[in-house]
Amino acid sequence: MADEKNLLEVRDLRVAFRLDRHNVFEAVKGVSFDIPTHRTVALVGESGSGKSVSAMSILGLLPENAIVPADSRILYGGADLLKAPTERLRAIRGKEISVIFQEPMTSLNPVFPVGDQIGEVLRLHMGLGSRAAATRAVELLSEVGIPEPHLRMRSFPHELSGGQQQRVMIAMAIACEPKLLIADEPTTALDVTIQKQILDLIARLQERHHMSVLFITHDLGVVGEIADEVVVMQSGAIQEKGAAREIFETPRHPYTKALLACRPRLDRRPRRLPVIDDFMNGPGAVDLEERSRGVKEGDAAILEVKGLAKTFFLKEGLFGRKAVPAVKDVSFRLARGKTLGLVGESGSGKTTVGLTLMRLHDATGGEVLFDGKDLLSLSDREMMAYRRRIQIIFQNPYASLNPRFTVGNILTEPMKIHGIGADQKARVEMAFQLLARVGLPEASFYKYPHEFSGGQRQRIAIARCLTMKPDVLICDESVSALDVSVQAQVLNLLQDLQDEFGLSYIFISHDLAVVKYISDQIMVMNQGEVVEIADADEIYLNPKQDYTRKLLASIPRGWDASRAAA
Amino acid sequence: MSAVLPNNAAPAVQESPGLWTLAWRRLRQDRVGMVCLVVVVVYLAMMVASFAGLVAGDWNKERGVSYANPSFLAGAENLEAREVTNRDGESRAKPVDLSDIDPLAPRYKEWEERAAKIAVTEVKRSETLPFGGDKWGRDVLKKAVKGAEISIFVGLTAAFFATLIGTVLGALAGYWGGRVNDFLEWFYNIFTSIPYILLILAFAAVFKRGLDTIIVILALTGWTGIYRLVRAEYIKHCGREYVKAAQAIGASHASRMFVHILPNASHVILVQLSQHVVSFIKAEVILSFLGLGVPVDLVSWGTMLAEAQNELVIGKWWQLVAAGAGMAVLVTAFSMLTDSLRDALDPKLK
Repeated sequence: MADEKNLLEVRDLRVAFRLDRHNVFEAVKGVSFDIPTHRTVALVGESGSGKSVSAMSILGLLPENAIVPADSRILYGGADLLKAPTERLRAIRGKEISVIFQEPMTSLNPVFPVGDQIGEVLRLHMGLGSRAAATRAVELLSEVGIPEPHLRMRSFPHELSGGQQQRVMIAMAIACEPKLLIADEPTTALDVTIQKQILDLIARLQERHHMSVLFITHDLGVVGEIADEVVVMQSGAIQEKGAAREIFETPRHPYTKALLACRPRLDRRPRRLPVIDDFMNGPGAVDLEERSRGVKEGDAAILEVKGLAKTFFLKEGLFGRKAVPAVKDVSFRLARGKTLGLVGESGSGKTTVGLTLMRLHDATGGEVLFDGKDLLSLSDREMMAYRRRIQIIFQNPYASLNPRFTVGNILTEPMKIHGIGADQKARVEMAFQLLARVGLPEASFYKYPHEFSGGQRQRIAIARCLTMKPDVLICDESVSALDVSVQAQVLNLLQDLQDEFGLSYIFISHDLAVVKYISDQIMVMNQGEVVEIADADEIYLNPKQDYTRKLLASIPRGWDASRAAA
Repeated sequence: MSAVLPNNAAPAVQESPGLWTLAWRRLRQDRVGMVCLVVVVVYLAMMVASFAGLVAGDWNKERGVSYANPSFLAGAENLEAREVTNRDGESRAKPVDLSDIDPLAPRYKEWEERAAKIAVTEVKRSETLPFGGDKWGRDVLKKAVKGAEISIFVGLTAAFFATLIGTVLGALAGYWGGRVNDFLEWFYNIFTSIPYILLILAFAAVFKRGLDTIIVILALTGWTGIYRLVRAEYIKHCGREYVKAAQAIGASHASRMFVHILPNASHVILVQLSQHVVSFIKAEVILSFLGLGVPVDLVSWGTMLAEAQNELVIGKWWQLVAAGAGMAVLVTAFSMLTDSLRDALDPKLK
């Protein structure tokens, strides 16, 4: 009975990767799950959980060094795809099973118009002539909601926005009416508002074309919106699987519980976020006392920004240049010991604000008053004294640490530059203390960044800032690249440090739930301008501007019991 | 880039392998790379030994007959050698007596007596040499060893200076961009628009002939490719967050250029260095072949090949083979080692 309604069955799938002559890394350790016909199955897990590897083995898209033992099976239409000949796989790929990848920009070929790329799939798999393929491509583009599909046919990928590129990818994927659509983190690289549209689109298409969807994601919020069944994976094994309702309402496995709990929620603000360890080795979430946030009239300001503007100039023609205003007339006050959240979609200028405050960009206009002194008018030499007091943590912990420096070098360098610590010995001593403070072992001092995971590297970046004892810390998407559970740990660390040292944060993020959790005050930006500034709770409860409302409406709400009932 | 640490900080903690140690480990796993490394090291040892006079110090002694056969071809006919031997025999035959009409005749006896006082040792010239001899009967094998010394020395030093020029200019252009970049690009374009050989010939014509001249010429003409690559590498790295982070902590321009970025571009520079060693060894050969290379009292692979073109016509191939094989083995080993080095040194920004 089960065989009839399952489109695809994965049985005891094991995948290992040969690293070098002696080492083998086991990425997937005996995974079994079914994809029923006309259902959406979500494969959830953090990075390294083996979710993408499992999905890619369905299409035989594993790298050269992958080893799949003979007793692993992926049954599709009565045949084992793992043992299918290449021709058969090629016939299935794109026609019966198709994929959407995370990065639409890199998945589309930049030198061909998008219409041609869709047409190619149709010609290849459906045997259409070029005219028929072009006609069908226009239909597909209009189906995925691209305006003026006739004109867009001739556009190159770079002429489209990220959301439109992902729509084109989806159009290509559904071109041949596939039975199974594999979506590998299709919305992770997109803004929330676009994410919402894409999720709706996938759900609609699934309905209309009677497809099955295998949805791979790390974000449980997204899963709750779209999935019928959920498979939770951790380090290569399935921890729990079941209907979405069961997973969200009565999770059994502690890991699932942890994943659900450690994501900041819009309606609660515990003093500390629960982390995976609380659930795996402890009693579960304990400290649920709420923290109250907000800025009062009388709070002293540490940083006051007035009319900040930044314009970039693009070359146009031989001598001309075009002004592109990235930040227009931004003013705000940062209260001492408080956190100001900065939210907006990509291109809203929020990162530019951060970099300009640090003078990593030269501002075009405005004032940045730090303790009453205008940072923007200081000379480089005068600025040195203030550099130390205002620091930044970047988004990508993989890129922000020099790969050729040991952690010891990374931590002692700023102290050397600013003459902190009497001698090298004192600096090393301080570095050890800071490592302990951010929760890293002493041995880290001698290691290189590539030996650490993303979360650990972000801790190193935080420790580097702390060496200079700053007053203001700008966190530029500092937790966006991290897994949910690691995100919770780093957020807790940042909060602890604020409580301990009275740091003031400017917290830049596109993730509205995280910003809501950590911020006292929130500033919403759109296209370089401030839309609204208000206390965090105020802005979520009573947004004054349309744009803010639109932004808030697109946050994935996660599991919603009413949806299941419908 | 290892940390300067007091030893008492944490003696129990094992220092984790640095990137250079890791690169060495990766290189050791690469068999081809290791064989090539051994070959290159042997050549370098040979160069040092020859420089110290331990081997081939007597390369310019005329040991054999002209165009002496290689030992393994002892029986082969050698017309040139016989001709020379015959000529020697003839000269020792008594000259025709012209004393009646020769005004100097009375003094011949006196001169002969005086000449007899000077000890003349007849060098017994051997018929064969281990790998044959050149026109003057010098041992080709020793010549090749001595030639290797000059060629490798020229290659290494010229490559070092070319890389230095290319790296510094590339770093300046890539890091500062704007006017500095425009100026250096302009300079680079002018430089590369002149045909390479013509440029070398122009330099060679201006400077006097000598080893140092060749090195200067090669360094001054060879930096362009390195400059472009280093510049590109700097442009790429300047936008990286770790450089921004260094700026945020207040690191100076010089520190960002040479302490932060340079180690991350070092794999490109190192590979360029070794590639240029190879191409400069070849360039020295070309220069010497054209007669603009090393002075006549020295020998390099280039001068050997230049001599070989005339010898080849009369069927004396050993000088060509000795110099050619010596160079081919080194150049191949060096290029393949370079490939392995590039793989081993790639820092992989994970």
